[in-house]
Amino acid sequence: MAAPLCLFLTRPRLVWFFSIVASGLAFLISCLLLQQVMASGTISYELGAWDAPWGIEYRIDQLNALLLLIISSISTVVLLAADTSIRKEIPEDRHTVFYILYLLSLAAMLGIVATGDAFNIFVFLEISSLSAYALIALGKDRHALWASFQYLIMGTIGATFILIGIGLMYQMTGTLNIADLSIRLPEVAQTRTVFTAFAFVIVGVCLKLAMFPLHLWLPNAYAYAPSIVTAFFAATATKVAVYLLIRFTFSVFGLSFSFTHLPLQVVFMVLGLVGIFAASTAAIYQSNIKHLFAYSSVAQIGYMIVGFSLTTALGLTATLLHLFNHALMKGALFLALGAVMYRIGTTQLRDFQGLGRQMPVTMAAIVIGGLSLIGVPLTVGFVSKWYLVLAVIEVGWWPIAVLILLGSLLAVVYVWRIVEVAYFKPSLEGADSIKEVPLAFMIPIWTLVLANVYFGIDTRLSVQVAQAASQSLFGVSP
Amino acid sequence: MSLSLELMLQLSIILPLLATPGIVATGHKPNLRESVTIGTSLVLLYLVFNLYLGLKQGASVSAHWGELLPGLKISFHIEPLGMLFALIASFLWIITTVYSIGYMRGHNEENQTRFYACFAIAISSVMGITFAGNLFTLFIFYEVLTLSTYPLVTHAGTNKAQRGGRTYLGILLSTSILFFLLAIVSTWFVAGTVDFKPGGVFDPGVNKLVAGSILVLFVFGIGKAAIMPFHRWLPAAMVAPTPVSALLHAVAVVKAGVFTVLKVCVYIFGIDLLALLPSTQFLLYLAAASILLASLVAMRQDNLKARLAYSTVSQLGYVTMGALLATSAGVLGSSMHIAMHAFGKITLFFCAGAILVAAHKSEISEMRGLGRQMPITMAAFLIASLSIVGAPPTGGTWSKWFLLVGTMETGQWALMVVLMVSSLLNIAYLLPLPLRAFFPGAEASSADVGMKEAPLPSLIAICITTVGCVVLFVYPQPLYELAQAILAAPGLAHGK
Repeated sequence: MAAPLCLFLTRPRLVWFFSIVASGLAFLISCLLLQQVMASGTISYELGAWDAPWGIEYRIDQLNALLLLIISSISTVVLLAADTSIRKEIPEDRHTVFYILYLLSLAAMLGIVATGDAFNIFVFLEISSLSAYALIALGKDRHALWASFQYLIMGTIGATFILIGIGLMYQMTGTLNIADLSIRLPEVAQTRTVFTAFAFVIVGVCLKLAMFPLHLWLPNAYAYAPSIVTAFFAATATKVAVYLLIRFTFSVFGLSFSFTHLPLQVVFMVLGLVGIFAASTAAIYQSNIKHLFAYSSVAQIGYMIVGFSLTTALGLTATLLHLFNHALMKGALFLALGAVMYRIGTTQLRDFQGLGRQMPVTMAAIVIGGLSLIGVPLTVGFVSKWYLVLAVIEVGWWPIAVLILLGSLLAVVYVWRIVEVAYFKPSLEGADSIKEVPLAFMIPIWTLVLANVYFGIDTRLSVQVAQAASQSLFGVSP
Repeated sequence: MSLSLELMLQLSIILPLLATPGIVATGHKPNLRESVTIGTSLVLLYLVFNLYLGLKQGASVSAHWGELLPGLKISFHIEPLGMLFALIASFLWIITTVYSIGYMRGHNEENQTRFYACFAIAISSVMGITFAGNLFTLFIFYEVLTLSTYPLVTHAGTNKAQRGGRTYLGILLSTSILFFLLAIVSTWFVAGTVDFKPGGVFDPGVNKLVAGSILVLFVFGIGKAAIMPFHRWLPAAMVAPTPVSALLHAVAVVKAGVFTVLKVCVYIFGIDLLALLPSTQFLLYLAAASILLASLVAMRQDNLKARLAYSTVSQLGYVTMGALLATSAGVLGSSMHIAMHAFGKITLFFCAGAILVAAHKSEISEMRGLGRQMPITMAAFLIASLSIVGAPPTGGTWSKWFLLVGTMETGQWALMVVLMVSSLLNIAYLLPLPLRAFFPGAEASSADVGMKEAPLPSLIAICITTVGCVVLFVYPQPLYELAQAILAAPGLAHGK
């Protein structure tokens, strides 16, 4: 079943239309996959027909299926707007390159999520990272190169760490298959080598995750990449890393190992909370809106980490929900920013003056996305916040519940800075000519915005899948 | 009557929302736009009134809109307290619309379409709050109300409006997210449900300390009730056009706050449990302090709207205090005070707006001798002031009476004194204005300007609400019955 996903690795015909078809197909397949997984449990596919521990296995359970759905759906919607957006931001002759890289990156992300083989994860991770560096470097700002380079350095360190970790695990167990690893690791769990492997993998993943304080690459990478790339990455790239974190700690190393032998819970909880506050505060002081939302992403990752560190089924559900919901929010927000970029060519806060009047539809999208970020009821943000607070209270950590809610107040502050500038400041001189963006841009934006509201009201899909996934992880883990 | 009550209940929430596109679409034709608003408000009142009749006959009406999260439904249920509030809000919406036609045109305000559209959304969410069947539904509409009134508060678009809006949104959103949401989640966690039930949802054996803390979270979290120290948003919201201050910040928004407090006290905690909680006493004194301090601050305000705003803060303290007294007389007084204060305060705000439009005055010190120019407005002001003070022949008498009985029943003598002193303070900061307006004294310049009242629609609105103040004194029976039903008849207030 996973094989069609790999089709993208073969040379695709290099046009926008084809990309959409490919991505759309991936989306359809992941919908079907999700349905099937929810109905009948884990699906596995052996590549090259070698049996599992030897050959490369693709393995889809609820968790993967959810991630596949997020990635492919966001990618399809974002691609719809791509044609319009990159015409302004990327020189004509690089368009083909852009689409190749985009599809490569998409395929690699899907690959990371779908594979059941630890080394394969690393391979796909490298593919996705390399294409990401190139995509970011396509940004028309000179800073883009520097941002890409920064990301390259940090990303490579992260990938190397992961590779070392996987290597050590292989040395101890002689297998690379995740299911197999999880059976064999406990036998050797008390050795120093496994601890080292674990530490390397976790730190490596956290680098990719942009978890505070390892987030330094993220704001610049998001801010200077082409808008489409930002929208795509913001919604998916870090999600894949969160997936890896969950996969490694829960499936590979097992819950008891991950959290009893190391003070991981405390470390993650503290880092998550500090991340929420530090990044939100940083977001408040940004003058570039892309930077602002990039820092907000770091803060949102903090929420996911907090939920994750609770190590309860409810906490993990909250994390997964937030994963899904945050993809929707940030996808919508960065796409809307792309629209602003398309019209006024910059995303500096001061250039937003009066945009509330000139681009009312786009700004309304930003406001709704922002409200979702704050966690106002009837948006997805509220659903994840509700679960997170409930999960924290379940464990009895009241002060942390207060801190989480305080964090969302910081979101009010940075979202409202934009609102005030856009709606209260008079328009800039010569801004009369600014119009709304073309329909081709508007439709994807509003698809995501409406998804924000829809999944905030009808939560059956997201909540059920997240619950099933977290329960299966807790059930499976030894 | 062909519609079923259930349908009417849902319609009454959706209807104002449906009117919004209509208002926006007819935006370039002011007359049409305003008839859409008025038409909607009339239909709304009709619906609410029919619901009232249905409730009186003992019908139990509820509706469900499906589950948002497992176990958390959006559901609506009619009970007497909500009915009371819905009647007031829908009735005063009509009056306010009539008034705003005069005011907004007389004052040449811009963006009137946005004004009417947001107003309709706000009313829709107020209806949602009044009929909410559980805390969760209430919370949703509570937040929608905050957000939909933000553009109204910042209507002027000036720096001052922006600052006011910032305070408004900042306090309301932060208290609701930080405390209110936490209180709801905790209730959910402790009691396993957030439905409103007569007698409360908590187990009688619940840990008093936990329940007490949740109560504190509720009272602080419902920022719209403007208990000090979270009252700053209300004076800040006074930058809004006067009809907004009148309906929203004397009736809809603040009343939504105290209404929620009352509802939480009666249907989440239950007055029996409430009386036992350790934090109730503390909150009672906080409410008392809020009453006194706000009255004292009100005396020092020269801007009429600011003075009225602080007076509102103080009066809201009455309602909160009544609810926390946890006796039937207290709850009775509180719910009646919601109605009485609504009529009194909206009249006062209408007058303030009329003075601004007709005489272009906003400071109290400038209003000496205004009685000759605007006799009707000033007479209305006098009567409404009496209602706030609680003197006959106005409706305010009754609610204050029951509140006093409540304090005596529980032996809270200190609180009784607070209520009395506060009445005196009310006299001190409200009555001098109309008196000086009519009897300016010798030193006032008697530049004879002749009579120049506010535009006719505004004047009509003022007269209706003033008459309302008096009628509520002579004929408080339906209101009393409704308020009594809140506690007395569990059959009526049968929760789901």
